[in-house]
Amino acid sequence: MSTIDLGSLGVDCGAHLLLDRTLSRLAPGQKVEVSGTDVNLGFHLPVWARSRGHRFVSGPPPTIVRGDVDSNRLSGAIRAGVTSDVVDQAPASWGLAARGALVETGGPPLVGADLNERDVVWSEVAPRLYAQAAAGQWDPATAIDWTPPGLPAEIEAAVVQTMTYLIENEQAALTVPARFLGRIHPHFREVVGFLATQVADEARHVEVFTRRAGLCGHLLGVSGAGGRASLQTLVDEPEWSNASFLLSVLGEGSFLSLLSFLQRHAPDPVTARVAQLAQVDEARHVSFALGHLGEFVTHRPVGRDRLRAALERRHDALVSTSGLSAAVHDSLVVLAAGSWDPAAIGIGWEAVQDLQRDMDEGRRRRLVRLGFTETQAEEMSALHTKNFM
Amino acid sequence: MSDTIVLGAVAYDPKVVTIWDGFRAWLRQRGCDMDYVLYSNYERQVEDLVARRLSVAWNSPLAWVRARRLDPSAQAVLMRDTDRDLTSVVVVRSDSPVNDVAELAGRVVGTGAIDSPQATLIPLDLMGELPISVRRFDVGIGLHGDHIGGERDAARALAAGEIDAACMIDANHLRFAAEGILPAGSTRVIAQTPLYDHCNMTALGGSSPALEQFTALLLGMDYADATARPLLDLEGLTRWVPGRTSGYEPLESAVDRAGFYDRKGEVTADEYRP
Repeated sequence: MSTIDLGSLGVDCGAHLLLDRTLSRLAPGQKVEVSGTDVNLGFHLPVWARSRGHRFVSGPPPTIVRGDVDSNRLSGAIRAGVTSDVVDQAPASWGLAARGALVETGGPPLVGADLNERDVVWSEVAPRLYAQAAAGQWDPATAIDWTPPGLPAEIEAAVVQTMTYLIENEQAALTVPARFLGRIHPHFREVVGFLATQVADEARHVEVFTRRAGLCGHLLGVSGAGGRASLQTLVDEPEWSNASFLLSVLGEGSFLSLLSFLQRHAPDPVTARVAQLAQVDEARHVSFALGHLGEFVTHRPVGRDRLRAALERRHDALVSTSGLSAAVHDSLVVLAAGSWDPAAIGIGWEAVQDLQRDMDEGRRRRLVRLGFTETQAEEMSALHTKNFM
Repeated sequence: MSDTIVLGAVAYDPKVVTIWDGFRAWLRQRGCDMDYVLYSNYERQVEDLVARRLSVAWNSPLAWVRARRLDPSAQAVLMRDTDRDLTSVVVVRSDSPVNDVAELAGRVVGTGAIDSPQATLIPLDLMGELPISVRRFDVGIGLHGDHIGGERDAARALAAGEIDAACMIDANHLRFAAEGILPAGSTRVIAQTPLYDHCNMTALGGSSPALEQFTALLLGMDYADATARPLLDLEGLTRWVPGRTSGYEPLESAVDRAGFYDRKGEVTADEYRP
């Protein structure tokens, strides 16, 4: 016979914890004799026992016979996999439970988390890249010296137009992973975590580009209809792998070249710095997409065909739009030129030509990494939106 | 009456809809055609039961007492495990000079609603003819104390020093401690009633195959079954047990003393307008 002395502790101030602890070590039907000096113990004990499915025998000594409610509550409970590995398919019945948790049956199934297959969702690089992302978050207030640069008005206008373009692109890059976050089964928590950092990264980029645009008091530039149409096709892509491919491999991949261009040709240190910080984040997004899509096409032989089809669909949808607006293109030229001297403009023009070649090379290189042939990569890179993202 | 089990229940709280919807679905999946009717008070439910408009009524203990008086064929077919062997307590503030019920003479005792078995009728019966002043906290009249608002208000009044003692069911002494209304150590129990039973599922007359199926299915509900467990948790039981009628004597006695119903089950209590 077990015994428990509750001392002066009452059931109304925590004694049930001691009772629970003692009873949890007993099998249903086994008894524990209870002693204690709290004045209300005599009638609180049976109340508590009744509410917990135990039997109370008034004694003396007062005795509780362990019921089977606690063990029945966990009848049929299963572990949601193991903490250190992911399963091939995470069932909806695990709900929001932590990976490895003991899941009581009967809870509501997880609704809407339809991306639950390892082949589609998981990436071996996710834990490492999530850790890098978490460690690499920077504070816009302190990471950048926000001293206004005092550029000539027309050069400043070119910077502002470029920032206006970047902001809407980063907004699209925020919206796309945010749309998929709730659809990814939380079992794949490092993927969810990585995408959450990606969303946070893009929010920060929107912030710093906005702040740079307004740094010298200029009104923002033009948001071209063609550019927005291109971005809308990214936001509208319903399939996770396709969206990741179009956004992160091709779009953000191209942006790595653009941000590198901005660092190299920026007419002021603030523009160079925001481009540099954003580029580090974007490189991580590209690495993640390449990692998870590389595994996806390995597991799913038709995966490459589907990615290519998504690219072709997007190209067809955009065939009647203007692509990169002239305002953005010309701003990049002026920004690289740094002055209105004809020779400088010529150099700026050439720099933007180089940028587009660099983007194309980067896209082809990444497509080859995903297992496309050189010829396929060349064709596919040419189908990518002229709006860069 | 067809094979459909028509169950009456009192809507003392919005969750009652959830509870009986859940039980209806659970029973129908197992071949028992149950439907339910909700009442705003127990008196009309009992009257409909004895008029044979219901197959069963999920009755408060007071409703059971009336049903039995109106129709002696009434039987308690089921109850919750948590309906058995309850008590009520009379509580004073820790610093009160009152040490037992007799010392409440001439003092103000707070109770629940006029029709609360646990917070009014049974505890007042315990005090017999003692000359006390009763301050009733009438919340949810007609709900037979299912709505514990009156009990809670009496506890608040006790804590505020407005009354000398308050009556409540034993479990609510713990609940009000957890809610902070009667913090641990702030009160002292000066009396406890005898054990009594609470709700039961009441049917009239003999059995029927449909009633036997209904009863057997509920008795078979297993807390280990994930489809049953949420319903059991909501209704506050861990298993259904066969009904027994041996635990209603304290309430029968209290009803007689208070003149709440007459021996034939007619409502005779003054001021009772459910």
